[in-house]
Amino acid sequence: MFSTHYKLERKSIGLALGIMLVASIGGLVEIAPLFTIDETVEAAPDMRTYTPLELAGRNIYIREGCYACHSQMIRTLQDDVERYGPYSLAVESKYDHPMLWGSKRTGPDLARLGGKYSDAWQVARLINPRDVVPESVMPAYGWLARNRLRTDDLGKHLATQRTVGVPYTDAQIANAEADALAQANPDGDGVDGLTERYGTATNVRSFDGDKQVVTEMDALVAYLQILGKLTDAAHKPAPATAEAPAK
Amino acid sequence: MVAELTKNERQGALVILLALAVTGLAMAAGGRGDPFGVHGALVLVVSIAGIFAVIGGYYAPEPSPDRLDSYYDTPTKFGIIAAMVWAVVGMAVGDWVAWLLAYPEWTFDAAWASFGRLRPVHTSGVIFGFGGNALIATSFYVMQRTSRARLPDQLTPWFVLFGYNLFCVIAATGYLMGVTQSKEYAEPEWYADIWLVVVWVVYFVLYLRTLNRRKEPHIYVSNWYYLAFILVVAMLHIVNNLAVPISWGSAKSYSLFSGVQDAMTEWWYGHNAVAFFLTSGFLGMMYYYMPKRAGRPIYSYRMSIISFWGITFFYMWAGSHHLHYTALPQWVQSLGMTFSVMLLVPSWVSAGNALMTLNGAWHKVRDDAVLRFMMVAAVFYGLSTFEGSFMAIRPVNALSHYTDWTVGHVHAGALGWVAMITFGAIYASVPWLWKRNGMYSAKLVEAHFWLALAGTIIYVFAMWNSGIIQGLMWRTYTESGTLAYSFTDTLVAMHPYYIARAVGGLLFLLGAIVGCYNIWMTIRQDAEAPRATGQETPLPAAPAPSLQPAE
Repeated sequence: MFSTHYKLERKSIGLALGIMLVASIGGLVEIAPLFTIDETVEAAPDMRTYTPLELAGRNIYIREGCYACHSQMIRTLQDDVERYGPYSLAVESKYDHPMLWGSKRTGPDLARLGGKYSDAWQVARLINPRDVVPESVMPAYGWLARNRLRTDDLGKHLATQRTVGVPYTDAQIANAEADALAQANPDGDGVDGLTERYGTATNVRSFDGDKQVVTEMDALVAYLQILGKLTDAAHKPAPATAEAPAK
Repeated sequence: MVAELTKNERQGALVILLALAVTGLAMAAGGRGDPFGVHGALVLVVSIAGIFAVIGGYYAPEPSPDRLDSYYDTPTKFGIIAAMVWAVVGMAVGDWVAWLLAYPEWTFDAAWASFGRLRPVHTSGVIFGFGGNALIATSFYVMQRTSRARLPDQLTPWFVLFGYNLFCVIAATGYLMGVTQSKEYAEPEWYADIWLVVVWVVYFVLYLRTLNRRKEPHIYVSNWYYLAFILVVAMLHIVNNLAVPISWGSAKSYSLFSGVQDAMTEWWYGHNAVAFFLTSGFLGMMYYYMPKRAGRPIYSYRMSIISFWGITFFYMWAGSHHLHYTALPQWVQSLGMTFSVMLLVPSWVSAGNALMTLNGAWHKVRDDAVLRFMMVAAVFYGLSTFEGSFMAIRPVNALSHYTDWTVGHVHAGALGWVAMITFGAIYASVPWLWKRNGMYSAKLVEAHFWLALAGTIIYVFAMWNSGIIQGLMWRTYTESGTLAYSFTDTLVAMHPYYIARAVGGLLFLLGAIVGCYNIWMTIRQDAEAPRATGQETPLPAAPAPSLQPAE
């Protein structure tokens, strides 16, 4: 080791190449197989993609830095499972570019938030968290209810998602903007097309309670209400060999 | 600054700035109605200001050939000042958001002012703004001395420094507008990332060019570490930021990877940003400034070799310990845990080597706050690497993960190690660079030292308490077998520690402000006073041999 080093430290290029070689090994061994080993990500035939409105909401979640305080990853620990629900599977974030697993729970985990509270509760929570939970340290997000959602570029968003591997169809890309508006307006005529493209289980309603305008609040709440609902895989009984984490 | 460039370099600078201005204009035009366009306008304005500055000095006489007899240190001076400015900005924002966690209603109803957008301004401001500028500035200083070679030209170091700070400004202003990739410590979007690659490649080539001019047969330890910092950060940055923008006129992109692969790539990056940005680079700094200041040679050359290759190899395996008990396959978690524990060996060899170097100079540590900054940094380096290996063990991580314990651990490293070694190096270099007898006030350095140490200890203890309390409350069961505490109960329990943390951060920030004042007064104070000789100041004696020997 020392004699090799004595040679290297006299040659700048040799030293640079040595560093790159030694530093590459760990990443290659740990990351590359994750793309090739099939068991890494479970199969979930019922897995669906985000609707354009939910994707827009997800981008607002990213924009406001929600991931810094909320994880979306329930660990295989008993108290995690009892507090938040079945532990997260890799397949559940298969279409998440980027993933939002998070690293800190300044607030609770949100992996299974979808359907847990009403839309009105979520809206109140975002406008002033302390109205609903007096001890909360979450910021207030009043501007979400005031900002009209930008929808004109959603087609580009879906097309780019397809480029990186999310299976959006041509019809979904072409109708992205219309579908986003339709999802927040149950009385409009776009609802049939939306449910045809994304399934009848899609939440179609005015999430912020105002049918006139599609706001950023509509999009974010639509996203929060779908968290953990893209597939049922995590709720299915575990294979016989695995120990059941929940009681 | 322009006067120090040759005619050719002034023309080169104009060409670069013009190209940048055109790029900015194209971005501003293509990205109307999007933050991308705002950043285009920013680039355009900065480039035009640069063009005016170069034209203003264009007809100044060329620098005399004498300049080649001394090291080129003006970029280092600029980098040190930039580092201190970023330190105050980054730490002030950090302390502000710390208060927001204790008193969330102390903010106002504006998107840019909310916690989620300000937090990355803090993290990027201190890591990339403060840390990065300090690393680039000291690396220019150290590589010249230890190679006994002047920087190859005057333009490239300025390109690296201005380019890097432009990246930092685009990053910070982007967060305020909501531009983020959400990848922790890699938040800047695709165009900022591409620009950083350009700057970084030029930085690497500059380093190699200087090393190739060296008059020392051996490359000194510090340079191994600075090289590892530059090279591996480039690898990490490029792979982790692979993304597809939604259009050429939009700031938004989607990362190439998703789900579990994205998580592993992100923490391979995230953990090694800690390793190669916040450890390797600063070890390079320590290996030069600590022996210089102590007047002692490095304790063991062999220990530096072992720790260098150990850190470079082991660290790259450790990232997966950020994903214990998650949907990441268990074999990767186990590898990450194993290598994290083994990492303690090269880490402690480094810390031990640093502390043993002080043998024979402990009286200086007692009397000289600058050297004491470096000593305490080595101690915190040893402590936080031990804590890091400990927290990477799966059952320990089950308690610590997602809690403030992690935050406390990071700050033990960031405040105790990174910031302390940087302040030590800066206090050592400022009198050398500006050719002064010493700092303006040794008492203020002393005050800064105690503020920094007290702030760090208060911060770390507060976060240990709040983290461990929260972790334990999450897993406490009642006798009937149900969870004893709601999430909200833990918030109430943590509140006093959040106040203590913000107070600790405030002390640390005050120390940095005292440091800025002291540095400013050092630069101003003695400007006209004649300089005493016999300092460590590496002013080369004319005519030759003009450059001082390396260690």
